[in-house]
Amino acid sequence: MYTQGLLEQGSKTVTVAAVEDAERLQRFEAKIDAEEKIEPKDWMPDAYRQTLIRQISQHAHSEIVGMLPEGNWITRAPTLLRKSILIAKVQDEGGHGAYLYSAAETLGISRAEMIDQLLAGKAKYSSIFNYPTLSWADIGAIGWLVDGAAIMNQIPLCRCSYGPYARAMIRICKEESFHQRQGYDIMLKLARGTVGQRRMAQDALDRWWWPSLMMFGPPDGASQHTALSVRWKIKRFTNDELRQKFVDFTVPQAKFLDISVPDPDMRWDEAAGQHRFGEINWAEFHEVLKGNGPCNRERLTARRNAHDAGRWVREAAAAYAAKHTARSVAAA
Amino acid sequence: MSARADAGVTVAVPDRVRHLLRIADTSLVLAQRLGEWVGHGPAIEEDLGLANTALDLLGQARLLLAYAGELEGRGRSEDALAFLREEADFLNATLAEQPNGDFGDTIVRQFLIDAYQLELYEQLMTSADPRLAEIAAKAVKETRYHLRFSSAWLVRLGDGTAESHGRVQGSLDRLWPFTRELFDADNLDRAIAVAGIGPQLAALGAAWSARVDAVLAEAMLRRPAASPYRWYGKQGLHSEHLGYLLADLQHLQRTHAGASW
Repeated sequence: MYTQGLLEQGSKTVTVAAVEDAERLQRFEAKIDAEEKIEPKDWMPDAYRQTLIRQISQHAHSEIVGMLPEGNWITRAPTLLRKSILIAKVQDEGGHGAYLYSAAETLGISRAEMIDQLLAGKAKYSSIFNYPTLSWADIGAIGWLVDGAAIMNQIPLCRCSYGPYARAMIRICKEESFHQRQGYDIMLKLARGTVGQRRMAQDALDRWWWPSLMMFGPPDGASQHTALSVRWKIKRFTNDELRQKFVDFTVPQAKFLDISVPDPDMRWDEAAGQHRFGEINWAEFHEVLKGNGPCNRERLTARRNAHDAGRWVREAAAAYAAKHTARSVAAA
Repeated sequence: MSARADAGVTVAVPDRVRHLLRIADTSLVLAQRLGEWVGHGPAIEEDLGLANTALDLLGQARLLLAYAGELEGRGRSEDALAFLREEADFLNATLAEQPNGDFGDTIVRQFLIDAYQLELYEQLMTSADPRLAEIAAKAVKETRYHLRFSSAWLVRLGDGTAESHGRVQGSLDRLWPFTRELFDADNLDRAIAVAGIGPQLAALGAAWSARVDAVLAEAMLRRPAASPYRWYGKQGLHSEHLGYLLADLQHLQRTHAGASW
């Protein structure tokens, strides 16, 4: 799962002017220019730190919230093998969340703070998870399209200038690539299946196609942070470049499945060597980001409920650990 | 297996299949319950821990169901057995189908079953049925880890705060009556034991009891009194909860008859 062009959204405008020490900044940028990694103990401009905290924590939140729409089908997976694969996949997403929270913690923020921000509705997560999973084909479509889009975004992040994030992404990308393949495999089985299964597959593509394109974030012209993020090698490609790559990659896969991309304007541009596609409904995107998507409230409520219902458990674990430490100290 | 086996005693195939289904269905139904937790655990690590256990149990269920299907010889696959049997044909222990409740309920249910499965699989490793022994040898390693996870949580909750102690003692009191079924041998259990395929349940119960008591003591929890026995899930007589669980589990296979996934 994944971070979208989320870092563009609603953040304060931070400028390099805020950086007090010109010399340290110069050394920092020289390191980045030389493709060296920035590590947690290195000096970094506050704007770099804040951008990364925002991006990595949004990515972590996306993994954790993303467990909900897919988890919705664990009890109803159609075979025991599919059920095993889905549990393992959702478990991977949870693992990515934990791993990414740790990467963000190297920048000086705690997991508890980040989770509080999420539960308070102050932090963003990928808008795609505010759409419902209505059929088994949605589990296929999420793997194929959503994880596919995530991979497009994340492969360049493996070369991100911040060491802990880049290393986390290498591991995460390997797993996402497996997720993408299992999603496509679900779609293939449905597309070659009964009339009812084919209808399910087409319906899933109809509902997930546009939200998947929105995962790359707003168009480059409307993007606030791209320039600085590109200069500091947090980001290697623009939103539109990645979106185009995704479309060109995915349209032939849909053809192979013999289901149609729900875009009447989609056509192959021979001269440009790429697909032209229709206008994305950015009003819908912004509404979903503002909290008005079909499942925003449900997703946050589910996270809050899990957090609240788990409070006595976490308190018990802390109390037990404290007693245990006190006892071993007393015994020593 | 200690109390083993008049050599040459055989058990009819349908009974051997039913014996396998008792073990398989307990793992399958418990995995299904744990699957409901994914994404809703008290912390990410616990979410992952419960999912891990669910995956192992599902793996065990698949091996056992596939074997049961082969032994039966009517061409039923693991999926046919999981998705197309009716409630009364499920032979899981009633404890496994009890709802998740709060995290404490889930941990108590898990602990009681983990301790039972560990004793069971340790005994089955020397089963007269080599295929079952092989499955048990794989499962026993996983089950040791499950029991470590559930015991550690039971101790933390029992010896944590006053609230957690009260909650988890309540879970134990509620779920305890379901444990009696696990060790109360019926004719099938006795025949299986005599043939050396499975253990004597009374002996299994004694070992389980000792193991459980040790953890309960560490968790500062009181062992509930024995209660009259009234659950017979292993004979297909279930609590009200299994029907709903199967409705979820079997939904797609039932709706799209004959489709392949």
